[in-house]
Amino acid sequence: MSEHEHSEHIVSPGTYLVIILTLLALTGITVAAAYVNLGRFNIVVALAIATVKATLVVLIFMHAKYVPQRTKLVIIAGIFWLALLLFLTLSDYASRVDYRGVRFPMSQNISHILNQHG
Amino acid sequence: MHRTGSLYGQFKTLEQQKDTATLGMWIFLVTEVMFFGGIMLAYTINRHTYFHAFAVGSNTLSLPLGGFNTVVLLASSFTMAMAVWSAQSGKKQLISIFLTLTILLGFVFFGVKYVEYAQKFHHHLVPGKNFDISYCVDNPSKCEDISAADLERERGEIEEAKAADPNLNAHAQLYYSAYFGMTGLHALHMVIGAGLLLWLLKGSLAGQFTAEWNNPVDIVGLYWHFVDIVWIYLFPLLYLIDRHK
Repeated sequence: MSEHEHSEHIVSPGTYLVIILTLLALTGITVAAAYVNLGRFNIVVALAIATVKATLVVLIFMHAKYVPQRTKLVIIAGIFWLALLLFLTLSDYASRVDYRGVRFPMSQNISHILNQHG
Repeated sequence: MHRTGSLYGQFKTLEQQKDTATLGMWIFLVTEVMFFGGIMLAYTINRHTYFHAFAVGSNTLSLPLGGFNTVVLLASSFTMAMAVWSAQSGKKQLISIFLTLTILLGFVFFGVKYVEYAQKFHHHLVPGKNFDISYCVDNPSKCEDISAADLERERGEIEEAKAADPNLNAHAQLYYSAYFGMTGLHALHMVIGAGLLLWLLKGSLAGQFTAEWNNPVDIVGLYWHFVDIVWIYLFPLLYLIDRHK
C-alpha cells in the first residue's frame, strides 16, 4: 500500500526511555512521601503524583498527544464523565445528614451485617 | 472479505483505518474508566468513613512486594511501547522480543501477587469467618515471615485504632474486601491482557505485522497501558495509607 502517504507519528525509543525513568522516579517519590506525615495532605500528594504518572502514560505511551482531535475529544469526555461521577457523589456525601441524623462519615458500626467473630 | 491487502473495504486509507480502530478502543477504555472509577469511589467513601481500619489494613500489606510489582508493571508498559515502536518501524524480530518481555513481566506480576495473596490467607486476612486483623499480633509463632519489630509496631497500631473504632475487625474486613476486589479485578484484566499478548506473539512470529499495518499491536498496547494506569492509582490507594506512623 505504498501509494498511501504514511503520516503516523512515531515516538522514538529515547522518549519512551525518558518517560519510563520518570515514572520509576515518581514511584520512588510517592513511596518516600508516604513516610512523611502531611496529615490530610498525604492522600492529596499521592493522588497528584499518580495523576502525573497516568498523564505521562496516556500522552506518550498511549500516543494521546498524537491522535486526531476527535479521539482527544473522547478521552477528555471520559475524564469529564469520571469527574462528574466523583464530584457529584462525594459532594452529596459531604453535604448531607443521613436518615439517622448522622453526618458523613457515618458513625454506626456494621458488625451485625458482617457477622464476624471476636 | 472485501479487503485489499491490509485495507478493509469501508476505509479509504490505512491511516483512516487506524484512526478508526484507535477511536473505537478509546471509547471502550472510557467505559473501563467508569467501571474502575465507580469502584474507587466506593472505596473512597468507605476509607473516609472507616479511616482507622483502612490505615491498619493498609499497613499489613507488604510495601516491598507492592512496590516491586509497581516497578514490574511500569517496565512492562515500557516494553509494550517498544513493541509498538518496533511494529511501526517495521522491525519484525524486535516485535516478538518485546512482546515476549512484556508477557514475562506480566507473569512476574502474577507470581508476586500469588505470594501476596497466599500470605493474606496464612495471616487470616481474607474476609469471611476466619478474618482476624489481630491474628499475627496474637499468634506471632504462626507469622514468622513478619519481623518482631514490625509485629510490635502492628500491635501498637491495632490497639490505638481499636480505641478509636471498637469494631475495628469488621471495618478492617471492608478494607480487605476492597483490596481483594480491586486487585482481583485488576489481575483479571491482566490475565485477559496476557492472553491478547500471546495472540499478538503468534501473529508477530508469523510475520503479520508490518510498518504499514500493525493495528492489533497498537490496540492491545492501549489496553495494556490502561491496565497499568489502574495499578498506578491502586498502589497509593491500597498500599500507602498512613505509612508514616
